[in-house]
Amino acid sequence: MSIDYIIAVFITVVGAATPILFAGLGELVTEKSGMLNLGVEGMMLVGAVAAFATVDLTGSPWLAVVVAAAAAAAVSMTFAVLTLSLSANQVATGLALTIFGTGLSTLVGKSFTGHGIKPFTTLFPDWLANDRFGKAFFSFSPLVYFSFIMVALVWWFLNRTRGGLILRAVGENDLSAHSIGYSVIGVRYAAVAFGGAMAGIGGAAFPLVLTPLWAEGLTGGRGWIAIALVVFSGWKPGRLLAGAYFFGLLGTLELYAKASGSIFTAMLPSEGWAALPYIATIVVLAIISSSKAGGGNAPACLGKPFIPST
Amino acid sequence: MRLKLEKRPDPSRFMLYATPVGAVVLTMLVGAIIFTLIGYNGAAAVYQVFIAPLTLSYKWGDIAVKASPLILIGVGLAVGNRAAIWNIGAEGQYIVGALAGTGIGILTKDMTGFWILPAMLLAGLAGGAIWGGIPALMRNRFNVNETLSSLMLTYVAIHLMNHMVTGPWKDPKGFSFPQTALVTPSQTLPILVPGTYVHLGIVITLIIAVIMWFLMSRSLFGFQVRVVGSAPNAARHGGFSQKGTVWLVFLLSGALAGLAGIFEVTGPFGQMSLGFPQNYGFTAIIVAFLGRLNPLGVIIAGVVLAITYVGGDLAQSALQLPNASKGIFQALMLFFLLASDVLIRYRVRLAGNVSAPMAVAARSAAE
Repeated sequence: MSIDYIIAVFITVVGAATPILFAGLGELVTEKSGMLNLGVEGMMLVGAVAAFATVDLTGSPWLAVVVAAAAAAAVSMTFAVLTLSLSANQVATGLALTIFGTGLSTLVGKSFTGHGIKPFTTLFPDWLANDRFGKAFFSFSPLVYFSFIMVALVWWFLNRTRGGLILRAVGENDLSAHSIGYSVIGVRYAAVAFGGAMAGIGGAAFPLVLTPLWAEGLTGGRGWIAIALVVFSGWKPGRLLAGAYFFGLLGTLELYAKASGSIFTAMLPSEGWAALPYIATIVVLAIISSSKAGGGNAPACLGKPFIPST
Repeated sequence: MRLKLEKRPDPSRFMLYATPVGAVVLTMLVGAIIFTLIGYNGAAAVYQVFIAPLTLSYKWGDIAVKASPLILIGVGLAVGNRAAIWNIGAEGQYIVGALAGTGIGILTKDMTGFWILPAMLLAGLAGGAIWGGIPALMRNRFNVNETLSSLMLTYVAIHLMNHMVTGPWKDPKGFSFPQTALVTPSQTLPILVPGTYVHLGIVITLIIAVIMWFLMSRSLFGFQVRVVGSAPNAARHGGFSQKGTVWLVFLLSGALAGLAGIFEVTGPFGQMSLGFPQNYGFTAIIVAFLGRLNPLGVIIAGVVLAITYVGGDLAQSALQLPNASKGIFQALMLFFLLASDVLIRYRVRLAGNVSAPMAVAARSAAE
């Protein structure tokens, strides 16, 4: 196995990991506030179609990222209004959001079927980006570098700022946070909106980083993997980064199984490789959730409605 | 002046039954607006999706055929949701049930006999129950969130099905189309209304729904499920096992989804192919909620959602509306239903600056 092959695999893994890293980071912050939004898949699809439409109409991938974040944050507000203002069940509302986003993206995306878009150009000069070793660091879409910046920012926000402290307090003990005067509902609205925006950017990464063609349901369940990733991470941004790349690698195996044929498919048919990330998710969740360190990290108020006693 | 929510002393029974109707009406109104904004004829879209199937008598059979799996799966999911146990992988259990039954079908393809069809149906029940049993096992043994694992297993089921219909189980006489052989006459559900696809499975579905209604409202099983869902601590003190309830819920809802799957193979589909999954497993989640988690309500809700399936097809041919649009209507319905739930527990009052003088006026009027 040559070094060039390893670099080629690495580049594919980065592409596969980036969408779930964004979506997972957003969901992590949402869950830290005590909200369980299962609508990630739907919000990613809304982000993906918004990004695709923006590039198709304006040609600007940068604008596309902004529009994708705004569109997904906007649909996440339906979840926030229902669960926070009308205290609807979070699981059911999240599912409804996924069904809604799937339908909306298919409907809007229908007119783009067969269109190709021009994705991001690389940030670095060609001699770096096309270099044999340089391309392992400098050939990526700007979104990839942005995802690393966001990991650091989210870590810094949660652990080093007053805002992060309030967010965690709201997620750990909403009644105490309420009684010392913080707006539980307000903080949670903001956390849901952030989760929506990040899921939207994660969805935007599909047309902007992976395949510049529109396909129905192109996220293929990555939103659900992103939710599993948050459990995997123990609600820690650093471990989320590692997990995203682990799942990215698993998701890449199918492509290599199809491309290189015999060696891989002798072990397992290509559908088996395709199913592997989902099976691995369950196995990993079992290991994490049954160990003492894992499940205990969940925010204490996760998924519970906030009902002030007054 | 603003709106204020005031907790009702008792949940409103009127609102319990009125809100699903309101949710459907609001869905039609808001759906029309959304589709108009996207650039379609919104009113025509709503008409095609919700009304047209009812006006065309030759579509009634289709409504019944599509309602059957939605009701069968929805009844099972309603039990789970009552217990606050979230099986969102019914689509996978539906597929694996169909696969298990199809396996029996392939083994018995050269045989005849009255026992073949029941054997396939039993295999469907077992296949769905096994696939549903995995999340239950993972939850009880390893504390794995059942929502995620049941959903993940749906993707595994789809890949498993793709493998079987394109590989080992591909019909040798099928001109290399990715599909299994058509079921034989011994493997086919009897048609009840000649000239339609209305099959025996629909009647079995209705009987199961009524039995489930009886179990849920009149038996200790139903009581256990409701207590575990609404008061987990009381359930623990009362000796109801949380783990046992997880097993019951998943095996039951999985088996019913599997049965729905094999009904489709031995009924309207006649075989399995890449296009076999119809999202019934996901739509049934909406059916369960719209039916107020009551098996009899689920029957009505299943018919309503089946109308949107048939209507979605009509809208596709009449207005070139993509088939996915019915997903938007279905999600809107669930949104409005969840939003209107608040009216069951709370009443809406006008409150604010005006309220004090109004209260004084009301009191003086009373005096």
